[in-house]
Amino acid sequence: MTTDLSPLFEPRGVVVAGASSHPGKFGFVSLHNILACGYEGDVFALGREAGEVLGVQVLDSADQIPEGRADLVFVCTPPSANEALIREVAARGVRAVFMAAGGYSEAGADGRAAEDDLVALCDELGLILAGPNGQGVVSPPVDLCAQIVAPYPPRGAIAIASQSGNFVSSFQNYATQTGIGVSRAVSAGNAAQLGIVDYLDWFAQDPQTAVSLIYVEGIEDGRQFYERAAAVARVKPIVVLKGGASTGGQRAAASHTGALATDDAVFDGMCRQAGLVRARNVEDAFEAAASFATQPLPAGNRVAVLTSVGGWGVLTADAMAGTTLDLVELPSELRAELDAKLPPRWSRNNPIDMAGGETRDTIPEVLELIAAHPDIDSVIFLGLGIQSNTAALMRSGPFYPDHGIERIVDFHERQDARYATTAAEVSERHGKPILVATELAVAAPDNAGVVATRRSGRLCYAAADRAVRALDAMSRYATFRQRRGL
Amino acid sequence: MEGERSGPVQPVLIGDTHRLVAADVGVARSRTMTTHTLSEATSRAVVSAAGIEVSPYVTAPDAAAAVEAAAELDRPLVAKLCGDSIAHKSERGLVRLDLASDEALERATNELVAAARPEDGEVELLLSTMVAGRRELIAGLTHDPQFGMTVMLGVGGVLAEAIADVSFRLAPITAVDAHEMIDELDTQRLLGPFRGEPAVDRRAVAAVLVGLSDLAAGDPAIVSVDLNPLVIVDGRPVAVDALVERTGARP
Repeated sequence: MTTDLSPLFEPRGVVVAGASSHPGKFGFVSLHNILACGYEGDVFALGREAGEVLGVQVLDSADQIPEGRADLVFVCTPPSANEALIREVAARGVRAVFMAAGGYSEAGADGRAAEDDLVALCDELGLILAGPNGQGVVSPPVDLCAQIVAPYPPRGAIAIASQSGNFVSSFQNYATQTGIGVSRAVSAGNAAQLGIVDYLDWFAQDPQTAVSLIYVEGIEDGRQFYERAAAVARVKPIVVLKGGASTGGQRAAASHTGALATDDAVFDGMCRQAGLVRARNVEDAFEAAASFATQPLPAGNRVAVLTSVGGWGVLTADAMAGTTLDLVELPSELRAELDAKLPPRWSRNNPIDMAGGETRDTIPEVLELIAAHPDIDSVIFLGLGIQSNTAALMRSGPFYPDHGIERIVDFHERQDARYATTAAEVSERHGKPILVATELAVAAPDNAGVVATRRSGRLCYAAADRAVRALDAMSRYATFRQRRGL
Repeated sequence: MEGERSGPVQPVLIGDTHRLVAADVGVARSRTMTTHTLSEATSRAVVSAAGIEVSPYVTAPDAAAAVEAAAELDRPLVAKLCGDSIAHKSERGLVRLDLASDEALERATNELVAAARPEDGEVELLLSTMVAGRRELIAGLTHDPQFGMTVMLGVGGVLAEAIADVSFRLAPITAVDAHEMIDELDTQRLLGPFRGEPAVDRRAVAAVLVGLSDLAAGDPAIVSVDLNPLVIVDGRPVAVDALVERTGARP
C-alpha cells in the first residue's frame, strides 16, 4: 500500500517551526528558501521572536494558523519542544512533518527514545514523517524549496531520495549545471517513519516523475526493500548509488558460498534481480537518471557511433568493451547510403568516422540515416561544438566582426545549434536514444552546440565514456524488461 | 580433478555444531544461529533429490564392503571418510584419490577407517567415480543477514575464494535470473569450448541454480549448501562434493 506523500511534496501551505531572524539558523534559511524560490502556497512562521522575519509575521502559537491552510510543517525546533508543536499543528490540519532538527537517533540512546516517541506520535495523529535529521524536501512542480541547503534545481523528471542529505545537494548541483531537472527531492534523514522504499512507491505513481535516483547506505529490512523496489522498477527505472560498498567483507561462515557472500556481492545481485540500475559514482548515477529522464528507452543494445574525428570514435569503442553495448557492424545498405553522403575516406564502418568531410547538411542527414535503420538501436554522436569553438576564438579576437568574421561565426554557431536540435528531433521521431558527448559541455558551457543541446531538454555528456555508461544503464534496464515480458 | 574443500573457512566449533555469527556492518545488526552440517552422503542425497546431478557414488560401512559396493562404479575412484561431524575432509586428510584397483581401494579405505576419531561419531565410507573435466564452478545457497536466502554461482571450484568471480541472487530465482547469473560471470571464456571440451551447457547450469532455489523453498531449515566443486563434464555440471547445513543442533 503506497503511502500518500502529496502533503509532503504538494502541500497546500507550509509552516516553518522554529522561525528565526538569525540568518545562520535553520529556522531562517528554510523560510528564506521557501519564500525565495517562489512557492505560491501560504507560508506561516512559528517562533518565539515577536515581529516579522523576511516579511512573514512570526506566530507564537499554532492556534493562529487558519484551519486547513497548511499541509506541511518544517520543524527546526529541538526534540523537547516537538510533541506539543506537532499536536498543535496537526489540530490545524497539518498532515506531513519534515523534521530537519537533529538530536534523535543519531545522537545516542536518549535520542533513539525521542525518535521512537516521535514516530509513535505521528502514527497516532496520522501524520507522515520525513527525517528527522534531514536537510529538506524540494518539489519544483509546486516551486517548493523547503531545505536548509542549496541549490534549488530546475524542474524535470528525476525524483531523488537519499539517506544522506548531501547527496541530494550533489544530485541537485548536477541538475542545475546540466539543466536536466528534478521532480521531487527528499533527504530521508534518519528515515524514522518514511524510508527510501516509501518514497520510491510514491514516485512510481507520481506523474511528474520518470525515474528515481536513490542513495542508500544501510538497509534495515533487505527483503522488504528488494520486493518493493522490484515492484517499482517494473513501472519506472530506479538508479541506485550505494555507499559502504567496500565495507562488510567476507563473513565467518561454515560454507564456501557463505565466505564468498560479501555485502556488496549480495547487494549487487539483488539490484540486478530487481531491475535496479546500479551506478558506481555520483556522476554516473546522475547521468544515468538524466538519460532515463530525457531519452527514449533503447529497443536493444546495438549502437552506432558517429564522429567527426577518428580518435574519439576509437576511445568510445574501447569504452564499450565490458558493457552490454554492441558496436554493430554497419549493415551494407546503410554503408552504401552513407557512401553517397560522405567523402571516400570515411571509415566505412562503425564508429562512423566522417573524417572531417562534413558539408552543410551532412550531419543532420547522416544522423537521420543511421537512426532510421532498423538494425541500430541507439546513437552516440561526437564532435558537436567544434565549429562554435573555432568561432568563439574569432569572436573574441581583435579582428571581429570585420573581414567576414561575423558571418562565418554566425554560420558556425547556427550549424552547431542545428546539429543539437536535429539530434533531439531525430531521436524523438525514431524513438531511439541519441547521446551527444563533448568535453565542451564543461569546458565551454556557452558553446552554441552545448547550449542548444541543453535547450532541447537533453544532457550534453561531458565525455564519450560517460555517454557509454549512461547508454549501457538504459540498455541493461531495457533488456531486463524485455526478458521478463514487461 | 577431484576437488575437496579447503581454505579460509573457519567456523567456531562449539561441541559438534557450528556457532555462526554473522555481523552486518551496514546496520550494525548481529545474529547468532546454531547450525549443523549433514554428511557428504546425506548432503548428496538431498541435492540429488532436488534434481542436481552428482558424481556416481556408493557408501559402505567398512573396507570390505567398500570393495563390493564399488564394483559397479567406473574407475578411478575417490574414497572419502564422511560423517555428520566431518565437514572439511581434505583438511583432515580423509580423501584418497585415483583408486583404480580393488587392492588400492581396500588399502585406502582401511586407512580412512583407521583415521576416524572418537569425536567423529558415526562415520561411513563414500566411494565415487572421479569424473573428468578441466573446469570447475561452485554453486550454493547461503543465508544473508540482510537479504535472507541467496543463490550463488562462481568460477573456480576449490579456487573460488581466490578468484572471487561470483554472482548472487535472492532465493527464489527464476530461470531468467539463473541465466543472467551465468551471463554476468567475468570469466566467460571458460564457459565456451575449452581445450577440447564442449561449451558449458548453460541450461544445465541454470537448472542447478533453480534446483538450489527450489531446495531452499522446500526446506526452510537449510542455512547453506555448497556444491564445490561443480565439475564440468562434457559440458554438463556435476557436483563431486556437497555440503548441506541446517539450523538447530545436530539431532
